[in-house]
Amino acid sequence: MNGLGLAQVWVYLSASPLLHLFATLLAFIVATRINRWAGGTPLLHPVIVAIALLIGFLLLTDTDYATYFEGAQFLHFLLGPATVALAIPLYDHRERVRRMLWPIVVGTLAGVVTAVISAVGIAMVLGAEPETVLSLAPKSVTSPIAMGIAEKIGGIPSLTAGLVLLTGVVGCIVGPWIFRLTRITDPTIQGYSMGLAAHGFGTAYCFASIGAVAGAFSGLAMGLSGLVTAFVLPAMVHLLGF
Amino acid sequence: MALIIGMSILLGCQFLGEIISRALALPVPGPVLGMLILLIGLMIRGSVPASLRTPGEGLLKYLTLLFVPAGVGLIQHFGLISREFGILIITLIVSTSVTLLVTSQILQRIAGRTQPSREGKT
Repeated sequence: MNGLGLAQVWVYLSASPLLHLFATLLAFIVATRINRWAGGTPLLHPVIVAIALLIGFLLLTDTDYATYFEGAQFLHFLLGPATVALAIPLYDHRERVRRMLWPIVVGTLAGVVTAVISAVGIAMVLGAEPETVLSLAPKSVTSPIAMGIAEKIGGIPSLTAGLVLLTGVVGCIVGPWIFRLTRITDPTIQGYSMGLAAHGFGTAYCFASIGAVAGAFSGLAMGLSGLVTAFVLPAMVHLLGF
Repeated sequence: MALIIGMSILLGCQFLGEIISRALALPVPGPVLGMLILLIGLMIRGSVPASLRTPGEGLLKYLTLLFVPAGVGLIQHFGLISREFGILIITLIVSTSVTLLVTSQILQRIAGRTQPSREGKT
């Protein structure tokens, strides 16, 4: 193929959603391989690596985000139904919830309030811009819910998405260390705390490194804290003066 | 057909959630209300239909992939991130640590006493 032919192919591809949808799937596959090769470290989480690969690709090919998103939107759209689907594990765990209702209610409320107040408070004290503060507020909640909240309260949804992912990485690194330091050994408590503070990343970590019960409780915490945060966060940031 | 029915249930709940969220101008995202609607529906029905479990658990299994397009959106915020990099990193680390600490301590105080662990380390 000569140079002109290639250029024409590129003109076609870069304007079609096919290329960037394909690139996203490919980047995720490569990122998953890299993560496995690196021993599953949360620092090289597949999502983080895939995002880095794609940002590199967009910069190299001088593509803007809007063009990329035309292809990637098909995956992004599925976040909505996926959020609805969180009802399934919540339903599956209804017996556990009923048995531990009181600790779960108090723990979830306290955890959610701590997550929001500490994020907003620290960012404000350090002098962050209001948009940044509002994008940080829902950082502990699973992405689809966090982005929905950010949009509703005036944050930047795509910035929130990135901050949520970083929160997940931070949680997986500091969590085990905090549990060791404070002598928390109960897998249900470890799992619930990880799911509440570090959403799906925490849940994946629990399944892989602590055990099935911790994973189940972590998933439960992710769903419940997402639900609670969606209801209390807008009122809380309003009280904090936004 | 099962897959189509299950997907329709998910989209139907999201659709209802969006309508309620917008009609009542609620600060809660539509899909979250959709999740609540589905949860209530499942409790009334008393089981998860197989047609719903397949697409639902499929979506949740690959949830991490679905974060990628939004995460790539960070490319638009390089300016803001480099300007407030220190603030963002400190806030994320301190706030996440405090959240983990408070949540685990409260659960330990309430649940740890009344319900000692029945599962050893796996």
